[in-house]
Amino acid sequence: MTRLLDISGLSVEFPSRRGTVTAARDITLSVAPGEILGVVGESGAGKSTIGAAVMGLLEPPGRVSGGEVHLDGQRIDTLPEGDKRRIRGRRIGMIFQDPLTSLNPLETIEDQLVTTMLTHLDLSEAEARARAVELIDQVGIPEPAKRVKNYPHQFSGGMRQRAVIALALCAEPEVVIADEPTTALDVSIQAQILELMRRLVRDRDVGMILITHDMGVIAETADRVAVMYRGSVVEEGPTDKILLNPDHAYTQSLIAAVPRPDRRMDRFPLVDYSGEGAAPRAAFDVKTHWLGQARDFAAAHEGPLVAVENLTMAFHVGGMLSGRHETFTAVDDLSLDIRDGEVFGLVGESGSGKSTVARLLTGIYRPVSGRVVFAGVDLTAIGSRREMNRYRRQMQMIFQDPYSSVNPRMRVSDIVAEPIRFHRLASSNAEARRIVEDLLEHVGLGAAAAKKYPHEFSGGQRQRISIARALATRPRFLICDEPTSALDVSIQAQILNLLKDLQEELGLTMLFISHDLPVIRQMCDRVGVMKGGRLMELAETETLFEAPQNDYTRHLLALMPKIYAEEAGEGGGAAALDA
Amino acid sequence: MTDTDRTERPAGLLARLDESDLWWSFRHSPTVIVAALTTLVMFAAAIFAPWIAPHDPFDLSQVNLLDALLPPMWEEGGMAAFPLGTDDQGRDMLSTIIYGARISLFVGFASVALAMVIGVAVGLVSGYAGGWVDTVLMRIADVQLSFPAILIALLIDGVARGLLPRGSHDALAFYVLVTAIGLSFWVQYARTVRGSVLVERRKEYVLAAQVTGLPSLTILVRHILPNVTGPVLVIATIQLALAIITEATLSFLGVGIPPTSPSLGTLIRIGNDFLFSGEWWITIFPGAALVILVLAVNILGDWLRDALNPKLR
Repeated sequence: MTRLLDISGLSVEFPSRRGTVTAARDITLSVAPGEILGVVGESGAGKSTIGAAVMGLLEPPGRVSGGEVHLDGQRIDTLPEGDKRRIRGRRIGMIFQDPLTSLNPLETIEDQLVTTMLTHLDLSEAEARARAVELIDQVGIPEPAKRVKNYPHQFSGGMRQRAVIALALCAEPEVVIADEPTTALDVSIQAQILELMRRLVRDRDVGMILITHDMGVIAETADRVAVMYRGSVVEEGPTDKILLNPDHAYTQSLIAAVPRPDRRMDRFPLVDYSGEGAAPRAAFDVKTHWLGQARDFAAAHEGPLVAVENLTMAFHVGGMLSGRHETFTAVDDLSLDIRDGEVFGLVGESGSGKSTVARLLTGIYRPVSGRVVFAGVDLTAIGSRREMNRYRRQMQMIFQDPYSSVNPRMRVSDIVAEPIRFHRLASSNAEARRIVEDLLEHVGLGAAAAKKYPHEFSGGQRQRISIARALATRPRFLICDEPTSALDVSIQAQILNLLKDLQEELGLTMLFISHDLPVIRQMCDRVGVMKGGRLMELAETETLFEAPQNDYTRHLLALMPKIYAEEAGEGGGAAALDA
Repeated sequence: MTDTDRTERPAGLLARLDESDLWWSFRHSPTVIVAALTTLVMFAAAIFAPWIAPHDPFDLSQVNLLDALLPPMWEEGGMAAFPLGTDDQGRDMLSTIIYGARISLFVGFASVALAMVIGVAVGLVSGYAGGWVDTVLMRIADVQLSFPAILIALLIDGVARGLLPRGSHDALAFYVLVTAIGLSFWVQYARTVRGSVLVERRKEYVLAAQVTGLPSLTILVRHILPNVTGPVLVIATIQLALAIITEATLSFLGVGIPPTSPSLGTLIRIGNDFLFSGEWWITIFPGAALVILVLAVNILGDWLRDALNPKLR
């Protein structure tokens, strides 16, 4: 096989006043025409650095400190800047993560394509315009002759990414580097984009480096995979081999941590490779422990813990001065029950209204119509703040972004103690402090974390702080809004295990919101599928995954990445062992 | 890239100073060090004026009209007792400048503090409440922003003088001036804080506080306020220089601090009358002091803005 792009022994350094950081160490990779090389790894592994180094686009003060990059036999890393610029776009194309920011909002798609083609190719303007329409057609945008005159904001996210791909391909590059091309997109659009990229690579005989953190994307697209860990390639080989039979311990731990879509498991297997895991959790007896005591809300009530009846929420669109009174219906006549002690999953694509439901339940939003009944009490009818706070204490929430969900200016002890102090759950400061330390111990952070500030913790650890805060009021109902979608898979596995442990120990009722079906399958007892603010289907998890009734559910399930497809096809042997 | 920690704004003053980028960038820019030292010296001189100044210009028993209009000591006819010469009433220029800088700085600090309190409060409420409250407050800010600050200060000053009983003007001049400057400078704080609040209130820690049931005021003061103080500090430093200039301008125009206890601006105005008769020192020295003070404070403010803004780093 001929090598198109050949990277050998590449090292990249970022000198700073606190010492030099080696972002990539002795990387050797190659891509052949018509081949997709996947580069996979967790955040900070140095994946994107390689892409930037090949393009000669390292952010200063980063520099290539060793190794060579050859494009079709010609060494390109030592070329002067002017020659590098002629290679960028012309011979190596680039696709970035965010389609919103990688297109110029002030120019039409056509202008951007034509400018790029005129810069790199020997074409007349009329020819370039004709080519632009052709390209837009090839990337699957309907009515190309008309849509090419549009501005980026007139395109949806998926269409924008298609336009970005057209832009990357317009100068007929030999190599395309795609850096997390589908991370910002919904699953159904992701599937289309991956399919498109695969087809274009084959048809045009382009070599592609696909950088991603998502094993599913790799499984669907890549021919070969390189696994990166802390700046080094730890393993490289054909996709099937890496996914099904990895040699390196890190690859094994990484793949083990990916939630399985095909069957339910009790806990995520944790092969802790990095060694930067959490402190061991203290075992405890709920009956004697603070978290289990004084559950003053144990009063009996009929029916489910949370009952949502015909809930509708609409937002005003357009400013005060514009005079328009348009509304956007985020949640549309939604009804569901969440039973005592169950984990209820809510799944859907972005904009389906999942998070709005969470905010309606906690009383941050007031519904336009419909009722939220909690433990037999209609929360939407409560007028006073004091009355509402009684119920607020019983329901707490865990958020998506660990970097913004804890106040950076407060100590961890103050963050966790705040709900305790506010709801007067401790009789003294000393007691509050003891409870906080206990909680931190409990979520696997250790009592010493109390004195620190959030910035001293990693994303996964911050999520634990957030969990400790949510538990501080001894809630009976916990809402998790995409609690792990901002985390790496290995951290995600730890956090999900923790949530499962806590849920079982404390008998919590949980609403688990996610766009990630495999995660939902591992976590939930029953699942509701949302689309456009409506509930499409509601069923027991296993029933839903095995025998979906609704077309949209079937569509979503079909889009799940199938890492284990081959293995599952071999028969139930492996599955039987685990079960 | 290997280090996975996102660099967030560190909290805790001591820890921050110890390994902060702020301290590093301070040590590596000579201009800023010179500016900081100058500011420090002038602040110290102003604070300890009664002990540092060779004469007390406000003590009439020490002032002798026979010493009036003496040139600086290195000029012919100068005296070593009055290093920078004397003014038309025989007051030692050096002492007068030190006391004048003291008044200028007091006015500067007090008016900036007033503007900051008003502006931050308005910004917090405006950004957090949103809706018509926001619209009304920001339109008021827009209207005020469309007039030069000095004009508004003059207006407030004029109104105050008209309302206050005659005879109390000199005694109350200081407070009137502080109010006038403070009320004309709040808009910048309000706008900046409002912008930051709009960003912060969308963050999930605010949502978490809302879910806990905390009242809005607690959320604003305990959670949002500490996260929007960075830009406020920067504006305050830059506006301190502006406030001093505004005070000097008002005093120069004769509507500020009275000549009996002159500020730098008042001194420049007094000296202005003598500029063409040859007694240049009465206006040049206070002018130079004003320029140096404002320049130093301004450099500090600019540096602080750049150092705290990650985009410019």
